[in-house]
Amino acid sequence: MNRRDFLKTSLGSAAMAATAGVAEARPNLEPAPQAIGMLFDSTLCVGCKACVTACKTVNGNKPTIVGEDLQWDSARDLAPETFNVIKVYTDGNQLTKDSEVDGFAFEKRSCMHCVDPGCVSVCPVTALVKDPVTGIVTYDVDACIGCRTCMTGCPYNVPQFDYDNPFGALHKCEMCNQKGLERINNGMMTGCAEACPTGATLFGSREALLDEAKKRMALKPGEVYNYPRGDVRDPSSYHEKAVPEYRQHIWGEKEAGGTNVMHISSIPFDKLGMPPLGERSFVSISESVQHTLYSYMALPAVVLGGLTWLVKRNTDGDDEGGEQ
Amino acid sequence: MADTEFDFSALEKRLNVSRRTFLKFCTGVAASLGLGTEAAYAMAEAVADKKKRPPVIWLHGQECTGPTEALLRSEQPSLEHLILDLISLDYHQTLDAGAGHHVEELKRHAMQENKGKYLLVVEGAIPLAQDGIFCKIGGQTMVDATREAAENAAAIVAYGSCASWGGVQAASPNPTGAVGAPQFLKDKTVVTIPGCPPNPANFIGTVLFFVTYGKLPPIDGKGRPKWAYGRLIHENCYRRPHFDAGRFATEFGDEGHQKGWCLYKLGCKGPETYNNCPSLEFNNVGGGVWPIGVGHPCFGCSEEGTGFNKALFSLSDVKTHTPPNAFPTIDSREDASSATVTTAALAGAAVGAALGASAVAGSKLGKKESEQE
Repeated sequence: MNRRDFLKTSLGSAAMAATAGVAEARPNLEPAPQAIGMLFDSTLCVGCKACVTACKTVNGNKPTIVGEDLQWDSARDLAPETFNVIKVYTDGNQLTKDSEVDGFAFEKRSCMHCVDPGCVSVCPVTALVKDPVTGIVTYDVDACIGCRTCMTGCPYNVPQFDYDNPFGALHKCEMCNQKGLERINNGMMTGCAEACPTGATLFGSREALLDEAKKRMALKPGEVYNYPRGDVRDPSSYHEKAVPEYRQHIWGEKEAGGTNVMHISSIPFDKLGMPPLGERSFVSISESVQHTLYSYMALPAVVLGGLTWLVKRNTDGDDEGGEQ
Repeated sequence: MADTEFDFSALEKRLNVSRRTFLKFCTGVAASLGLGTEAAYAMAEAVADKKKRPPVIWLHGQECTGPTEALLRSEQPSLEHLILDLISLDYHQTLDAGAGHHVEELKRHAMQENKGKYLLVVEGAIPLAQDGIFCKIGGQTMVDATREAAENAAAIVAYGSCASWGGVQAASPNPTGAVGAPQFLKDKTVVTIPGCPPNPANFIGTVLFFVTYGKLPPIDGKGRPKWAYGRLIHENCYRRPHFDAGRFATEFGDEGHQKGWCLYKLGCKGPETYNNCPSLEFNNVGGGVWPIGVGHPCFGCSEEGTGFNKALFSLSDVKTHTPPNAFPTIDSREDASSATVTTAALAGAAVGAALGASAVAGSKLGKKESEQE
């Protein structure tokens, strides 16, 4: 094969592979029909942090101590020992709850349990897996090689690596269903949803929670609504409260293919630190690109071929010179 | 010793209490006001000095006389003697022995005589609807009586939730147009001691401060003395650790309720009610007997817009948990726990450099050898 033929063939096959790949671009994954999740209603949250404490108790995590004097948990963000944290948005004089201007609002940070999770997509050893039935993104410490690619693959900054530990592992919320705890499998709900006194963190199936969220969107501000607590499918109790002015936006209904943990609030989500995400799951985009590039190992073959040619061209003279 | 300067013998006789009991009381009141021993002696001196006792005109409007009853049943020994001798109670519709036009005449006489010197205590709401016909005393409406008495008062104290902001009468639909004394006497400074009934200690403390220093203690925007109403019940509640740990009683008699867990889920209004019940205990009964102490959620009786306005078992707004209380902001990050833009860029640069290096190495592979020849 001469140089010209070789380039023609390799470019042609690369183009073929590329066009075939684009045609096969995969769509967003669909939520599991039995997927469980949580609904966080920012307007109901009173900032008591009972969920943060319950999470640490249930998962056996130690409190985050800041400085030498404070002897209580003061986690500032998700960390290896913090799977759930309540943060605050503030503006101006910070007087009115759930007001974008001169107000404040609470926001929960925990694993969103994406329908099409980035961490699962990037994990090279399938240590992170989405449970096909519950939709929970689970972690297997025995499979993990500690590459931490999942940390860059997550748009919500959820997976956390304990750098201080020589046998460091990844830590994230597994909906209290990890090995040894298995609350969901035993018919219980997550620790945070169980502890929440206002029903701001509501447990249930993704479907039922989405219905509940849509029902709240449709309510008139000011009218009294009976808010459920605990599991939305079988609430442990209710409490009456005037309906706030909800943003007509359920975060997690469609964002990047949707999430099993959904949020609703009275102020825009970008103010609550949510990343700008479209409806198309970025995982579907990146997987389409990657699987195209690597389909039939076409691109690696092209690169290898190119390098081989380069080496051959530059070393041809040597061989001839040697003979001379 | 400072106390030797006073002659307590007359006082002991008059109040029928020992010097020791009396000084203990004064020290206790001074301590709850956040004042020291010196203030306690100043108070003792003020009470012992008969000339310093201010005349008091006490009006009753729309109410149940709960505040007066609470005052009379105060826990401290001989308190009824103290309160009656501490001040010169010239007019009080419940406690006056006399009745009818004679007493009304005495009231006018006392007000005239002590112009600008007397203390006016308002107990009960003032109905404004239909020219105030819903409450009349001695042929005079409460509206007129209050206006008349407030005219030359040295200080005005609204005692009880009804007098402070209208109380149960002012709850929707409020057919009598009831308002509290501060809403009626807009151009005057009115100290409010809300509560249903209010803690007598809060009243006595405020009055003793007035008697001792001739001025009213520091008050907040709603006229409440800061020493008594400066903090939410939630802040000093001994069930608070259960709240912070997420341990809540969910119904009366359940496990959490029996174990003394937080009553927030049962509708406790402690998180939005300013009062000193956790330290002094509601109604000064003592022995742990106050609503939260006996396992009932706080009703918020002293808080405008809460008591008689919010449903008993509805959840309250947690005012302690508001900024600038310690919360991580949305942007907060734990140290070295995440890949920043910089580290991502560095990682990208490293990969790019490795690729470039291998390409350059490949292209140079032959050149070096040919140059050597």
